[in-house]
Amino acid sequence: MNTLEIKNLNVSIDGQAILKDFNLTIPKGEVHALMGPNGTGKSTLAKVMAGHEDYTVESGEILLDGVNILGEDPDEIAKAGLFLAFQYPLEIPGVSIANFIRAARQARLPEGEDINAVEYYKELYAKMDALKMDRKFTARSLNEGFSGGEKKRCEILQMSMLNPTCCVMDETDSGLDIDALRIVSEGVNLMRGPERSFLVITHYQRLLDYIVPDVVHVMFDGKIVHSGDAELAKELESKGYDWVQEEFVNAPA
Amino acid sequence: MNTILENPTTSTTDEPAWLADRRAAGLEQFKNLPMPSARDEMWRFASVGRLSIDGYDATDAPAADTVAALVGRSNLVTEREGLSVYVNDAQANFEGISDELAAKGVVYLPIADAVAQHPELMEQYFLKESTELGSEKFFGLHAASIKAGSVLFVPKGVEIEKPFVNYYWTSGEKAAVFPHTLVIAEDNAKASVVDIFFSETEENEALNVSVSNIHAGAGANVFRKIVQDWNEKTVSFQLDTTVADRDAQVKNVAVNIGAERARFENQTRIEGPGADVKMYSLTVAEKNQEFDQRTFQTHNAGNAVSDLLYKNALLDNARTIFSGLIKVAEGAQQTDAYQTNRNLLLDPTAEANALPGLEILANDVRCSHGATTGNVDADELFYMMARGISKRVAMQLMVFGFFEEVIEKVESDELAENLRQLIRNKFESKIK
Ligand SMILES: Nc1ncnc2c1ncn2[C@@H]1O[C@H](COP(=O)(O)OP(=O)(O)O)[C@@H](O)[C@H]1O
Ligand SMILES: [Mg+2]
Repeated sequence: MNTLEIKNLNVSIDGQAILKDFNLTIPKGEVHALMGPNGTGKSTLAKVMAGHEDYTVESGEILLDGVNILGEDPDEIAKAGLFLAFQYPLEIPGVSIANFIRAARQARLPEGEDINAVEYYKELYAKMDALKMDRKFTARSLNEGFSGGEKKRCEILQMSMLNPTCCVMDETDSGLDIDALRIVSEGVNLMRGPERSFLVITHYQRLLDYIVPDVVHVMFDGKIVHSGDAELAKELESKGYDWVQEEFVNAPA
Repeated sequence: MNTILENPTTSTTDEPAWLADRRAAGLEQFKNLPMPSARDEMWRFASVGRLSIDGYDATDAPAADTVAALVGRSNLVTEREGLSVYVNDAQANFEGISDELAAKGVVYLPIADAVAQHPELMEQYFLKESTELGSEKFFGLHAASIKAGSVLFVPKGVEIEKPFVNYYWTSGEKAAVFPHTLVIAEDNAKASVVDIFFSETEENEALNVSVSNIHAGAGANVFRKIVQDWNEKTVSFQLDTTVADRDAQVKNVAVNIGAERARFENQTRIEGPGADVKMYSLTVAEKNQEFDQRTFQTHNAGNAVSDLLYKNALLDNARTIFSGLIKVAEGAQQTDAYQTNRNLLLDPTAEANALPGLEILANDVRCSHGATTGNVDADELFYMMARGISKRVAMQLMVFGFFEEVIEKVESDELAENLRQLIRNKFESKIK
């Protein structure tokens, strides 16, 4: 069974094609890395998966656990099991982390059922401890005034609290120092399991030393041009994206 | 038409001469000054055409069972030191102070009783602070007509933690009410009041012209909270002043939800160095509501702080007007004066106007003024929805987030929660 199947996805914005016949399949329980130079369409892919409405989907399919999610509202997609850790998490003034995650959990409960506050806080604190986040953060406005690293930890906290089946992490490593990278990666590795898949989007190989992927895809100009195992990330790191262009784009095998 | 507006009558016959004089002067002021005009700078952007005050009259208190029900509904703040409830300006309930506080010289009384029992005090303070922000005519009407309200006097050094809570209700047809809250805190005294404005039903039309005056002596600490939740058939004027002496700390927090048309004139005058006055306000404007906010922070002494934050969320065709002025007198050096107006437009048809202003005659000051108007941020909305939160709940969270900055300043969990509930009620049907 595949958690995620993206078939022939074509996406444009303002008439400009960004994703071009994009294909990707992630079997259940696998961690796939998606690497590629800036501007190649990685964040666009992530946002389209999460239901962002600014993009024009020309054609294609995105199946989450076999069910099409393309065209659904972002909240429905999230409830269906997809979680997007944002490259640039938004600041929401006046909405505390605790209340925000609670609202997200509440949204997953049937009408009339309420969250057990004691258990909720117990779980929240345990997960914050694991991510080495100060418990005082629960009362702070979501992401407001957070450092880049704090925002990324907060994304992973939300991811672990919402129990998704498919985690899409967009450049979670950017803005993290090496300690934070290790902590965040541990958090992610703890979530790995046979029922959950990951799409780890990154520009650098560094993160993949900690979150070792099953498959690495290289994306260039709106589509995946090459896939391989974890070694591919290292090769890419040493040879650079020019190598990708020469090897797989200009002279495809 | 024989209404109170054509022929205001003073309520009491055996009042002292000074009060009769002030009422007469008020009546003259009301009769002689013209109705506001759109050409008047003080009424810029206001739809003065909608400012109909015809046909309202002082009405008798409703039947006893209605009054009893309203007294029962006067329950926003349970932890309190004193309570007064007025319905159509008639006293419906009163809980006075303890003997202990009375022995310390504290006074908490209905206006008429205070005039009778403490004439010197009342002559010194009552009806002495008019507005300078455009509603002088209506202040005159208030002075001529006032009979409901409460006076709180806290003598030197006496500190009272729990608030005094005043409810002002309207009921029946076209009632005109003139609530008055007077707070005098002597040097190093501490006191807080909550003024709550409610309508009996969603339908009863009413006119409110209320006045509140705070006098904070040296080192005094005064906290006033105002909940304006009239129904949307009410025309309301709230003319409020604060005078702060040396080292006084005064905080005003207003939550404005109701009225078809609400005019606010809020003046702060700093008369002593070291004073610190805060003015916070949040407004939820919907349908065709208009909230017209005029503020004036005057620093006559240096080394003092005034900080104003007015936040408005607007829906439907609602309008808000914020016009604020900071004036720093010559020689009032090292003044810190801030003025911020933030408007959140939830519908494109809503309209927020802002006119921030500064007049600074001292050279060593820190002043800032600013107004921002924005829509719900689409990216923020997407972010929240990407967590599984519906659009409706996400909007609610954002609006409450926008307001939380003001709500948390009431410093009472009970009142804060009650205020959130009032706002939630207003939004329940709105954000789909
Ligand atoms: N909202 C947008 N409006 C216009 N162009 C956009 C928008 N979002 C992305 N793009 C364009 O789409 C391309 C891919 O961007 P993006 O998906 O952010 O790439 P990556 O994440 O791989 O760096 C870029 O050329 C970018 O300028
Ligand atoms: Mg990107």
